Amino acid sequence: MNYVFDILPPLLQGTGVTLQVFLITLVLSVPLGLALALMRISRFKTVSGLVNGYIWLMRGTPLMLQMLFIYFALPFVPVIGIRLPDFPAAIVAFVLNYAAYFAEIFRAGIQSIDRGQYEGARVLGLTYAQTMRRIVLPQVIKRILPPISNETITLVKDTSLIYVLAMNDLLRAARGIVQRDFTTTPFIVAAAFYLIMTLVLTYGFQRLEKKYAVYDE
Amino acid sequence: MMNDPMIRAVDVHKHFGPVEVLKGVSLDVAKGEVIAVIGPSGSGKSTFLRCLIHLETVHRGTIRIEGETLVSTDAEGHCRYVPDPEIRRICGKMGMVFQHFNLFPHLTVLQNIIEAPMTVKGLRREEIVPKAEVLLKKVGLLEKRDSYPSRLSGGQKQRVAIARALAMEPDIMLFDEPTSALDPELTGEVLRTMRQLAEEHMTMVVVTHEMAFAREVASRAIFMDDGLIVEARPARELFAAPEHPRTKAFLENML
Repeated sequence: MNYVFDILPPLLQGTGVTLQVFLITLVLSVPLGLALALMRISRFKTVSGLVNGYIWLMRGTPLMLQMLFIYFALPFVPVIGIRLPDFPAAIVAFVLNYAAYFAEIFRAGIQSIDRGQYEGARVLGLTYAQTMRRIVLPQVIKRILPPISNETITLVKDTSLIYVLAMNDLLRAARGIVQRDFTTTPFIVAAAFYLIMTLVLTYGFQRLEKKYAVYDE
Repeated sequence: MMNDPMIRAVDVHKHFGPVEVLKGVSLDVAKGEVIAVIGPSGSGKSTFLRCLIHLETVHRGTIRIEGETLVSTDAEGHCRYVPDPEIRRICGKMGMVFQHFNLFPHLTVLQNIIEAPMTVKGLRREEIVPKAEVLLKKVGLLEKRDSYPSRLSGGQKQRVAIARALAMEPDIMLFDEPTSALDPELTGEVLRTMRQLAEEHMTMVVVTHEMAFAREVASRAIFMDDGLIVEARPARELFAAPEHPRTKAFLENML
């Protein structure tokens, strides 16, 4: 038991990194995903086509590859070539990748709303933007909570991919200790940490679903 | 502008792809008139109503609301709508009630009613809530003000939808088969509310299959078939002695 306490500090430090990547990605990729979804359903074919291609690219290649590309290859790309430190590079890759997934969830949600809702709002004089903000999106949120919850929990675990940029997230911290001490206990502790994080998220989303359950459709 | 009709539609054409739905419909509606539009399904009556409030765009013809042009067609046949803000302002003179209510399920009855006055007209909550409550009382649903639509019967939903439209203080009310989705025993309460509106001299255009309502409440009845107005006469006359054989055949089928 004492051993567990001994290895806690580095593991907690790793958890800190994991949580940072998780929270920053979530906060940035959800609004970006919503913006992409709205562009994806735009009547301007060029806009929706571009977003369509973007989503294909981001979902069609591994997140790890995207991260490696942004960190190692982006500096050599003409015009936009910039060298990002490891943490920002990881964040950019995660945000761009997750926004694509969130965009598809938002799009499905928006398109599941009955046309009558738009017409009802329209004859009352609401503009498209007002209809989206006041009528459609509040209903979309209720419908997409389960897939958003799924994606969010996946994100917690995906953060472990940042080890490829040599960043010390929870899993890499655990692995370091495993290799040093020849014991698998750190893995078990790390698993417990992941479970606690996903438990908090699961609980949070259940609360949200309950909140939205006040009305039926 | 005093003599302008509330609605003037001239030679309205509309097609969905190759299918011609409206083949030149013209209609004037005077202030306080209650028009019942009847006819077989697929005759274009709902489409015509939806064109009046720009839920569908016309391909030819003119529509003027209270003397203001919504869409016009020049001599070469080019159909032109006024700019979007104008469309919104002109269509704002009309309220519409749908077959499937289209209430907002995430909002309570009261919130459904005050949403547009607050968002569109910028009214403050304390200004509009008393008005909304008066409207709810009028449709007999004040005690449901904090219920969500899913808790209401179809007839109650439709009465809320009527109150919601009235909260924008329209000059004209359009009804698109307002009782067609209701169980027969629930149509009465909706028709009563509409009859009350008619008695208050609201200008109304009602697409309906309720022949008794059309005969008793409407000032004029219009029979549409195959994208055209076949017969338009005072309601009692049209029902008592239809002139056109198609009207006759339709009414014999319905009654």
